[in-house]
Order: sequence, then structure tokens, then C-alpha cells
Amino acid sequence: MSGIKTETLFLNMGPQHPSTHGVLRLGLTIEGERVVNLFADVGFLHRGIEKLAESRTYLQFIPLTDRLDYLAAMANNLAFVLAVEELLEVEIPRRADYIRVIVAELSRLTSHLVWLGTFANDLGASTPLLYCFREREDILDAIEILCGARMTFNYVRFGGVARDATPAFVEKCRKFLKTFDKRVDEYEEILTENAIFLSRTKGIGILSAEDARSFAVSGPMLRGSGIKWDLRKEAPYCVYPEMDFIIPTGTVGDVWDRYMVRVIEMRQSARIIRQALDGLPEGDSKAKLPRVLKPAVGESYVRTEAPKGELGFYVVSDGTTNPCRVKIRSPSFMNLAALATMSRGALVADIVAILGSVDIVLGEVDR
Amino acid sequence: MIVELLKLIWILLPQLLPHPVYELGRMGVAFVAIMVFITVMVLFMVWFERKVIGHIQVRIGPLHTGRWHGWAQTIADALKLFLKEDIIPRAVDRPVYVLAPLVVFVTTVVVYLVIPFSKNLVGRDINMGILFVFAVSSIATIGIFMGGWGSNNKYSLLGAMRVAAQIVSYEVPLLLSVLGVFMLAQTLSLKGIVEAQHNVWYIFLQPLGFVIYVIAGIAEVNRLPFDIPEAESELVAGFHTEYSGLRFAFFFLAEYANMFVMAAMATVLFLGGWHGPYLPGFVWFILKAFFFMFLMVWLRGTYPRLRVDQMMSFCWKVLLPLAFLNLLVTGLVMSFI
Repeated sequence: MSGIKTETLFLNMGPQHPSTHGVLRLGLTIEGERVVNLFADVGFLHRGIEKLAESRTYLQFIPLTDRLDYLAAMANNLAFVLAVEELLEVEIPRRADYIRVIVAELSRLTSHLVWLGTFANDLGASTPLLYCFREREDILDAIEILCGARMTFNYVRFGGVARDATPAFVEKCRKFLKTFDKRVDEYEEILTENAIFLSRTKGIGILSAEDARSFAVSGPMLRGSGIKWDLRKEAPYCVYPEMDFIIPTGTVGDVWDRYMVRVIEMRQSARIIRQALDGLPEGDSKAKLPRVLKPAVGESYVRTEAPKGELGFYVVSDGTTNPCRVKIRSPSFMNLAALATMSRGALVADIVAILGSVDIVLGEVDR
Repeated sequence: MIVELLKLIWILLPQLLPHPVYELGRMGVAFVAIMVFITVMVLFMVWFERKVIGHIQVRIGPLHTGRWHGWAQTIADALKLFLKEDIIPRAVDRPVYVLAPLVVFVTTVVVYLVIPFSKNLVGRDINMGILFVFAVSSIATIGIFMGGWGSNNKYSLLGAMRVAAQIVSYEVPLLLSVLGVFMLAQTLSLKGIVEAQHNVWYIFLQPLGFVIYVIAGIAEVNRLPFDIPEAESELVAGFHTEYSGLRFAFFFLAEYANMFVMAAMATVLFLGGWHGPYLPGFVWFILKAFFFMFLMVWLRGTYPRLRVDQMMSFCWKVLLPLAFLNLLVTGLVMSFI
């Protein structure tokens, strides 16, 4: 074969591509099917949400946080609200805290379900996608009973939650949880025990614990690399300390580990919701707060364990009705940075699997 | 009375007309019949696949068009494709781009000429029919590659390269698995092979060969888990990314027609073709072939996609040695019994 001139090919993957999960552009330099170089080009969905915060009151900004990780909007609401509450120094009723944990975990479930479905779809298995959306539908129905919305909730408010949990909501959740574990078994049957799925995920896109740390990745990706770090345990907020759950970790840090961590997390989330429903105390769901919020001058940073990783809100208050500055530390953006490292020497088909295993939402990457 | 008259014409025609004219006419009739069959079969097949895959995926599939379970959905889709504007991107290699769907489609249609649907329902029974089938359907690879190359699109090119690699590789175990059947039947004629299965279907004598045939056959028609050339999550749509409208319809038609060829060949080679009790031979043939179509849909609803290198190593390291083993055992058994 000597004498034949070969050259690498530059392949633009995205911003319109079926498996970049939104408007992400990947620049691939490929040699045949092997990827020599890769870079991720973000910013196509930039809406300037951080800047928008400065021209809005604190309350008006909550709906905008829904638009970050729109697959788990409750987690965003919660993180921002917690950050502002730290400035407000307000006592949260216990019932509200419990409801917050329930909705945050429901959001984690929806996020992981969508992830599992689309990830399987990226690998060519289209059926799990529909199965996962069936369960997600139940969760969305439950949340709809709670707050009337299905995607962008605007539900977690300063001092508590927008509306109290009704018995109908509790009933709906319990009904859903009754079947959920069996449904997860079903996914595992169709994926975990499938030889093709194993060969597509094991040993692919390895992210060592060291790299994971230096890229500041978080969430299931970090745990997949074998680092036991979950803010619900390490820096607890709400009523997580009262909940009994385990933190799954992987060993190798490949796509398979990240898959397994998320699947176990789904089961654990269901466990947490069950405990929270059982322990749901009576009382108010919202603390009394002044109609016009003017937090004390100062700054606060609160980090929470969102479904995709560590979601942090840095809020600076100058004592007026609007925040002076809001900075969002979004897990998707940070996790995406490790993509090039993970996909070194991979094949084009692996890139799709690896990107899928990162679990990005472009609304959060670009903000 | 009319039936008698038709029978008389049927018998007299070959004697009345000059031989070449009669032959041409016969082929013409066969061709029209095949085109109609392919169209109807593909339309049904696509609807059937949507319904089955829908139910596998806890959906219900098409439901509205044509009232009864959305039976007219694929007809509507086909009409839509036919009425679409014919778009040829500026950067394509025009002659190659335009020719590619035709090459793929024609080679597929030609194969139907030799498929024995029943004892008398066969376009042309060639004494090396099976070789003809595999030889002609291989040409479709060139058409697909033309489409991928001519599109001047990187995804198409990658898809086309994958097609070439995949089909060329999988043809080897495919043919080897079929060789066992030749040895048993002592003929290459498809009709002869079916007739040889009068007593026992070859699936019982060649179980390993059958399994290899099914796997390699599914790889040949680019279906999941081997739909690597058009892997939608990686290559958008593979070789036919740039195609739309009628030209896309030709690729689509050819793909499903090819699936039926694979199913029909499996029926002929392993499932005893038209043999079966009570029902007419043609019905048995279609039923058996559709069992395979169902199998392919079922697999699509269950499996993820293999990676291109895994697929190749599976072919050369697993399937090929097994096919040789099958051949060896068949030969040994035959020489001692």
C-alpha cells in the first residue's frame, strides 16, 4: 500500500446532528474511522441567562433557571433558591424541605431516564427510549398534579415551594414507585445483559480518576471514575442527611461504569422518594417572606448535586431587588471538557457513545 | 369456458409466436408482475414493520390513515416521496449520483426473476440460480458505493466505505453457509433445491448453516444490529444522506426488496420453499418469508448496533471458521453415509 497518498479528514459533527443532543458542534479529525483529534464547539444556544438575571428581580429569575437543564428543572430551581436563601437567612418549614427533596429526586429520575433512553438510542437500540419515556410520563404527570407544569416548573420558591403537596400527588408518586423498580429491571434486561451493549460500552472512553479530578468533572461521571463524591452526602442540604441511600461508584471510568452508576442512582432516588413520602411532615409549605425581596448585601455560593453533577449558583447581592451578579457553575459544561481526553484514539461510533455517556444538556452548557 | 380458453391460449402461444418474441413477452409479463409484487410487498412490509416495532416499543404505530390500523400510511408516504421536488445538490458528481439508486434498484429487481414462489410461479428457473442471486445482488454494493461517493458528503463517504467493507466480508460466510445446501441437494437450481426438500427441510440437516445464513443475511441487507452503513446516530443516514424524494424512494424500496430476497432465499434454501400442507404453495412461501421479515423487525426492536470493527472481527473470526466447520462436517457426513 506504499505510495498511496492518504490524508486525514475533517468531519463537522453538528451543530445539526442526530446524536449531539442539541446544538453542539464537534470538530473531528479522522483517519478512516479512527479519531485523531476532537474539539467541542459550544455556544450555539447561548442566551445570556447570567446577564438576564441582573435585570430581573430574584423571583423573576427562577423561571429562567428552568431553562438551564430543562430535563431536570426542579434541581435548577432548588440550587438558585438555596443560594438566595443563604442571603435571606430564612427558616424553611420542614414540610417544604421534604417536598423539595421529593421533587429534586423526581427530577433526577426524569433526567436519568431521558439520558438512558437517548444513550441507548445513540447505540442503535431504539426501544429503551420509548420505555424510558413511558416512566418519565408518569413522573411528569405527578409533577403536573403538584405544580401544573411538566417541563419548566418554577416551583421551588424562596422560603419553600409554590404549592403544597396534595394527597393526589403523594398517591400518584406511590403508584409510580410501586412499578418503577421492576421497570428498571426491564431496562437492565434489555441492556445490561446484552453482549452487543457490553462490547459497545466496556473499556470505551476511559476517564481515569486523576483526569476526572483535574477536569473538575462531577456527578455520575466522577463517580463512574471511582471517586466517591456526592454533595448530598459530602455537603448535605435540605433533608438529605435524614435519608438512607448509597453512593454507587464505578471502577474503570469507562462508558459502562457511567451507565451502571446512573442505573443504580435511579434505584437509590426511588428509595429516597419513598422515605421522603413516608416521612412527609404536616405543616406549612412556605415560610413568610416580605413581598419585595431585598437580600442583605453580600454574596453566596451554594452547590447542589444536580442529576448531571455539581450545580452551583454564585449570587452577589447589592441590597436591591435585583441580583448584582449571578454566576452558574453548570455540570454539563465542566463535564464536556473531558470529552477530548476520553475519546483519544476512539472510533467515530465510540464518540457517539462517549458523548452520550457524558449526559449533556445544551441549555446548561451554553446558558 | 373462459378458463378453458385461457388454458388453450397458454398452451398454443409458444407454438404460434416465434420463439424470441414469446420469450421476450414472457419476461415482460414476469417483470411487470415482479414490479407490482415488490411495490405491494414493500408497502405492506413497511406498514407491518411500523406496527410490530410500535407494539414492541409500547406504542401503537400508524392508526389514522385509511381508518383500519393506518393501513394506508405507507401508501401516503410513498405518494409524498413521489411528489417531492427532485433535489440534486450542487456539489455532487451528477452522473454517479443520479445513476446510483437505479443500479441498486435494478439489481434487486433482477434477482426476483429466479425466485421460485411456487412450483410453477417462477420468472426463470436457471440451473445455477443461487449463484445468479448472489452475483447480481453483489452488484448492488457498487450502486451503494456510487451513491456514497457521488454525494460528495463526508458522512455518505464513510457510510459507503462501511457498506463496501461489510458486504464484501459477509458475502464469504453467506456463500459458505449456502454451500452445505448445494452439497445436499446436488443442484444449483433454486427450484431443484426446493424439490429436494420434499421430505425434510434443510434447516434440520443444516442447523448451523441456517444460523450463519441468517446472521450473514441480516448483515447483507444492513439491518440492525448490522445497520452500520446507515447508522443514524453516527452517520446521519449514511450513504443516502443527500438523497431525497424519488431517488431516496428507490434506495428505500431496494432495501426492503432486498430484505425480502434474503427472506425468500432462506425459505428456499432452508425452509422447504413452497412445501407445506393444506395451503397453496405460494401462500406457504410468503408466510415463511414473512416469518423472516418479522425476525428482522424483532431484532431491530431488541438490539443495539455493533461497531464497525467489532462487526468485521465477528465476521472473520467467528462466522467464517464456523461456516468452514459446517462445510467440513457436511462433507464428512455425506461421504460416509
